[in-house]
Amino acid sequence: MEDKVLKKSIITVIGKDSVGIIAKVCTYLASNQINILDISQTITGGYFNMMMVVESEEKRKTFPVMAEELQQIGEEIGVVIQAQHEDIFEMMHRI
Amino acid sequence: MLNINEVIETNRMIHEMNLDVRTITMGISLLDCAGTDLDQVCDRIYNKIVSKAENLVSTGREIEREYGIPVVNKRISVTPIALVGGSCCRKPEDFVRIAKVLDKAAVKVGVNFIGGYSALVSKGMTPADECLIRSIPEALASTGRVCSSVNVGSTKNGINMDAIKLIGQMILETAERTKDQDGLGNAKFVVFTNAPDDNPFMAGAFHGVTEADCVINVGVSGPGVVKRAIQQVRGENFEVLCETIKKTAFKVTRVGQLVAREASKRLDVPFGIIDLSLAPTPAVGDSVGEILEEIGLEFAGAPGTTAALALLNDQVKKGGVMASSYVGGLSGAFIPVSEDQRMIDAVEAGALTLEKLEAMTCVCSVGLDMIAIPGHTKASTISGIIADEMALGMVNQKTTAVRIIPVIGKDVGEIVEFGGLLGHAPIMPVNSFDCSAFINRGGRIPAPIHSFRN
Repeated sequence: MEDKVLKKSIITVIGKDSVGIIAKVCTYLASNQINILDISQTITGGYFNMMMVVESEEKRKTFPVMAEELQQIGEEIGVVIQAQHEDIFEMMHRI
Repeated sequence: MLNINEVIETNRMIHEMNLDVRTITMGISLLDCAGTDLDQVCDRIYNKIVSKAENLVSTGREIEREYGIPVVNKRISVTPIALVGGSCCRKPEDFVRIAKVLDKAAVKVGVNFIGGYSALVSKGMTPADECLIRSIPEALASTGRVCSSVNVGSTKNGINMDAIKLIGQMILETAERTKDQDGLGNAKFVVFTNAPDDNPFMAGAFHGVTEADCVINVGVSGPGVVKRAIQQVRGENFEVLCETIKKTAFKVTRVGQLVAREASKRLDVPFGIIDLSLAPTPAVGDSVGEILEEIGLEFAGAPGTTAALALLNDQVKKGGVMASSYVGGLSGAFIPVSEDQRMIDAVEAGALTLEKLEAMTCVCSVGLDMIAIPGHTKASTISGIIADEMALGMVNQKTTAVRIIPVIGKDVGEIVEFGGLLGHAPIMPVNSFDCSAFINRGGRIPAPIHSFRN
């Protein structure tokens, strides 16, 4: 596969709200040179929902590795963290 | 920029409503593997499949991981084997050898099914076609992943009744050969009229002769998503209902389009079509029966079912067609009995009969699908059921199919368990009046008048 330079991904965090969730995720992203373009959050049905649009250089850290590591962080702090390429959302919601 | 609600909506569809891509099917032409020496043909077939589909499964997994969308099945369809083996297979056992090679190749590349152990006989059978049809019981009993199909009719050609008569006997023989597994062999066999060349769904997938050398076809799914969407408009009129289904189908299909495009790019194989079918699974919340209930029926099979299914099918197509650049395959709601928990429940409640299912297949894809019947059913009766279904397809210019499973040693009211995506099924009663004099006439039914459009 070719190097995907500056590919946008969506990171979602879902779980019970607690102190330091954003901090933990942001620390990870910063230490891996992953740039946050947008961040928003909402509480639905008592659950904390956060979405981040991030941009990273595929060369620095491949997508599957990032997704895997974020998932592990999620397990440590008791929330579900998922990273997905943004295309799936763009395809579904934009014509 | 995307907003959080859109992201949440997509992920809910995946995690709570069973949205998935049902199959990435790689169609591979085996026409260039034909020859007069069986050993050589077998080698060529194996090598071609293994080299073309080498990365199919891993690519499917990659896409799954990166987009967070399950890609449930990775499969292969090949050129109808009756054509490929025509000049080297002299007896049914020769064809069985090819079936075993297909099975071996499927295991090697890690796909769960390989389709195309097929013959196209809508007007007549060549000796090779007949040989292949006669080899089906042995082929299905001695392989695990090979799927077989025969096209016995078309709007353009009429119906080959000789083939239907023979197939009735072969279905019973397959049931007998696989009776230890409740007749599982027949879950891997479909008889068609107007079979599409680019269907990605099993058991009826084959790679038509009009297709390119290698192509990627994708089948989307998502009955759960449609059901949840129309739950939100309970009690509203048909306009609102139809708009809701259409919009949902659009979203579901877009995901299929994305996956198909990515798979095609990564495998360096051209994209063929997206098949817009609502394909249920035995999982709760992944059922076409549930959608029919949500539309307003107590059970699938109640009066109004055919109309409800007609509108569902039509709206799925209307929404889906705009979402993809190429649509093909079967494209319609599937109503397999054993693979859909609410259909099973409807049969058990006495709401859904074989005759009602037949009526429903007039307005949706694809036919009498995954229906278990008593093992003592006569071959001519099975042929009669097939002929009826084929006539519906021929006259209505649509694809129809029969995947019917006689279960040796079991009778109406008993349950058969196929396991996995194939589910379980209550054995349904069959009209026991005789049609053997009709089936024994021999020959073919001429093409209908509206096929003469030139």
